[in-house]
Amino acid sequence: MAQHEEHTTHSQGFYLAIGAILLVLTATTVGAAFVNLGPFNPILALLIATIKATLVVLFFMHVKGASEKLTGAVVVSGFFFLAILISLSLADYMTRSWR
Amino acid sequence: MPDSQASASQASTGQVSTMEHEAHNPALLHHFADAQQQKNAASLGMWLFLVTEIMFFGGMFCAYLIYRLKYFDAFAAGSQQLSIKLGAFNTAVLIISSVTVVLAVKAAEAGKRKVLVGYLAVTVLLGLTFLVVKGFEYAEKFEKHHVPGPSFNFTDTFDDNGKQIPVNPKEAELFFSIYFVMTGMHALHMIIGCGLFTGLAILAWKGHYSPEYFTPIENGGLYWHLVDIIWIYLFPLLYLISRHS
Repeated sequence: MAQHEEHTTHSQGFYLAIGAILLVLTATTVGAAFVNLGPFNPILALLIATIKATLVVLFFMHVKGASEKLTGAVVVSGFFFLAILISLSLADYMTRSWR
Repeated sequence: MPDSQASASQASTGQVSTMEHEAHNPALLHHFADAQQQKNAASLGMWLFLVTEIMFFGGMFCAYLIYRLKYFDAFAAGSQQLSIKLGAFNTAVLIISSVTVVLAVKAAEAGKRKVLVGYLAVTVLLGLTFLVVKGFEYAEKFEKHHVPGPSFNFTDTFDDNGKQIPVNPKEAELFFSIYFVMTGMHALHMIIGCGLFTGLAILAWKGHYSPEYFTPIENGGLYWHLVDIIWIYLFPLLYLISRHS
């Protein structure tokens, strides 16, 4: 039974609160899209999406509080390689204007 | 000491020792030291699969970013043809479904069988709601000839703060190709998820899961949350390009 204490599920109210925050952030991203922020529109949209994804990963997928550090390392490495894929590809395509 | 004496006496009489089998839950496989190690291994395996999914969708997100930067006007004009109402509604549906999934995992951990089945069933219904709404969106695209192919027709302009900028239909077709491939792959994952959760609900109803063993519920939940996260990114990237005009 001691194993169960290691597993960190939260209270029902906590999950409902996270769900409510996610819904509020969805409304925020829709609202922000109608305000002219120039180049910051897509940046703000991606920032809000990343906050939402982080909330889901940490609290719904229980990465925060996982007893196995290796799981955390796998999750971080996944996003690290995604960052390499996108940043190096864009570094190529966005610097081709000299051609 | 009494244990070792008992097994020694069994071994001496030539019987197979059953001591170890009486000691643990039947769901615990023999090559794991304990239930927690087995659970960690299953979770790690699931996360490795999810990382391949992240890279799979990551390639499409990368293609999206490159073409969006190259053909921004066409992407904005295409995006303005999508329904924010339906997109935002579907985002809310998926977020609520993620909450029901996490409550299902909690119910499984507490050993509440009927509550678990209930949350799994609600999750499937929310998933089907998402797919039906997506179906209506696709139908509208067919009617407007916004589906890439021989009948593709795009005459709309990019409304840049009242200034109407004409758009190359070929570039708009590229936007809709990416829209259909990305939302289509996401919808396929949703269909698989609905099937998966229907199976989990049936097995949960039959009493396959206990507070000691509910790994399939947990790992199914991880899959569902990842599909939710992908939509969390798809919604602003596809539906909300340059909407402030």
